[in-house]
Amino acid sequence: MEGTTIKKSTSRKVFLVFDYVLMIAIALICIYPFWYVLCYSFSDTALASINSPTFLPRGFTLANYKEILTLDGFFHSLLISVLRTVIGTAASVFCCSFLGYLFTKGKMPGRKLLYRFVIVTMYINGGMIATYIVMKAYGLLNTFWVYILPGMISAYNMVLIKTYIEQLPPSLEESASLDGAGYTTCFFKIILPLSKPIIATVIVFVAVGQWNSWFDNHIYTRANESLTTLQYLLYNYLNEAQRIAEQLKSASSSTDVTQAVAAISPKGVRMTITVLASLPIFVVYPFMQKYFAKGIMVGAVKG
Amino acid sequence: MRQKTALAIKRPKDYKLLWMALPFIAVVFLFSYVPIFGWIYAFFDYVPGVSVTKCDFVGWDYFKLILTDANVLRSLKNTVIFAIISICLSPLPMLLAILMNEIRNGPVKKFVQTFTTMPNFISWVIIFSLATALFASDGLITGWLASLGVGKTGDTILASNDAVYWFQTCLGLWKSLGWNSIIYMAAISGIDQEQYEAARVDGAGYFKCALHVTLPAMMETFVVLFILNIGNFLNTGYEQYMLFKNSLTATNIEVLDLYVYRIGLQNMDYSYGVAISVVKSVVSISLVVIANLIAKKIRGKTVI
Repeated sequence: MEGTTIKKSTSRKVFLVFDYVLMIAIALICIYPFWYVLCYSFSDTALASINSPTFLPRGFTLANYKEILTLDGFFHSLLISVLRTVIGTAASVFCCSFLGYLFTKGKMPGRKLLYRFVIVTMYINGGMIATYIVMKAYGLLNTFWVYILPGMISAYNMVLIKTYIEQLPPSLEESASLDGAGYTTCFFKIILPLSKPIIATVIVFVAVGQWNSWFDNHIYTRANESLTTLQYLLYNYLNEAQRIAEQLKSASSSTDVTQAVAAISPKGVRMTITVLASLPIFVVYPFMQKYFAKGIMVGAVKG
Repeated sequence: MRQKTALAIKRPKDYKLLWMALPFIAVVFLFSYVPIFGWIYAFFDYVPGVSVTKCDFVGWDYFKLILTDANVLRSLKNTVIFAIISICLSPLPMLLAILMNEIRNGPVKKFVQTFTTMPNFISWVIIFSLATALFASDGLITGWLASLGVGKTGDTILASNDAVYWFQTCLGLWKSLGWNSIIYMAAISGIDQEQYEAARVDGAGYFKCALHVTLPAMMETFVVLFILNIGNFLNTGYEQYMLFKNSLTATNIEVLDLYVYRIGLQNMDYSYGVAISVVKSVVSISLVVIANLIAKKIRGKTVI
């Protein structure tokens, strides 16, 4: 190994080939499932069930997408998902950034104590059942607000923003407050525009979290169908398909089988909802990438 | 004169700031602290809809029940197995970062980074849907395996209780490996190039550079994350396990969090569910504190 330079460069070449192949393979493994589901959604369901659309759609058709448009509750669940993402993100980002701003003020009485009061929530929480009982007591079950209120203040995001504001030059704000601007004016007119990078980072992460969440839908608002989100709609379809598949296995008579097959939602429809539910992530992803490093680096400073 | 007095009075306080912060503090109190007070339900025979004061006080009965409940033991075993696997695999993101760093071709690097980090932003429901498309009895990969003669047609890994541990681990890796490596990529980009040059002058090849310059630079990050993860090891979360649980995989996939969900929200045994949560939280917090103390001993500073 440690011989001549030429020998070294051959082993280096072998390593590089291996490295490139491995890395590209990992990337393809990450992306391929999405491609397959996308191909499936554009395939003719009957053809696709015989011959899998491994690399390209089988019998290209928009039938699945047309069927989605007529699907019961699809547009409504899309609306709920969009609403919770927009309102939830706006509320959470405002609360975290304003509170973070207030915590940068040394003049706040009891600042250290209150700051710790918020930080503690990163390490300890009541747990699922106790939280459920409390939400129930507040009368939030089966209301839209259970999507928004509990996540309004994230200690972690608040710390990210506070850390960012602290490193801004204080002179900018001082000159404004000399002109008689209050804290709120200073926050909206000076601090917020200057904190754009960190605010954008937090917006992206909160919005993705809101769009992706389904568990609160499952435990708090299951009984209220008008609050079904897109993710939960997909969950229901998948669950139902799995249940029926299990029934099929244990079905004794042929009538059982035909009944079960008739009840199952077509695979193409499920694949199409999967594509549509992941689409927003793909669309905002290029914008998100810009903020990765930033979000993580600030997080690391805290860690 | 005036300035002097202003300095003498130690930093004047502005109560307006306190009033402005209070509504936010109230939200934190209502949604994060009140549930912790809900822990008292573990000491009562709580009936939904009845105020705690009217419920029977049962003392430590529910906690004693935990010790004799075979299901707790089984889900604890599952949790510990998942945790041990994830601890063993925790250097993987670091390895990926090193291998990714050796790729000097810009577009290829961009391609690999983009697609390996993306699954982290995909919800578990969608991952479950993708997994169904590939691994269900009529799934693509199931079909491939059957045609290769591995496994029978109609057999699905999703229903295999023996495969639960490694299959769920693989899904978790698929989702988060690339994302977890980003922090190490950042650590690598922070390395002073002069260190590499110095190592090269000393005759180190690429491999030795990676071993003696890149790796040590990442160890600090690794240790911090490792310690934080130890505190989290009972908190596996519910989403993944709940989605992939079915009648055939139930015994191996049920982790503590999922068991709490089943006891509390499916069997409506609130008090017992809270009792298990309380024990879990106490253990988690103790682990964080202990890990932090160890970190202080080793590194001279705390992690948190």
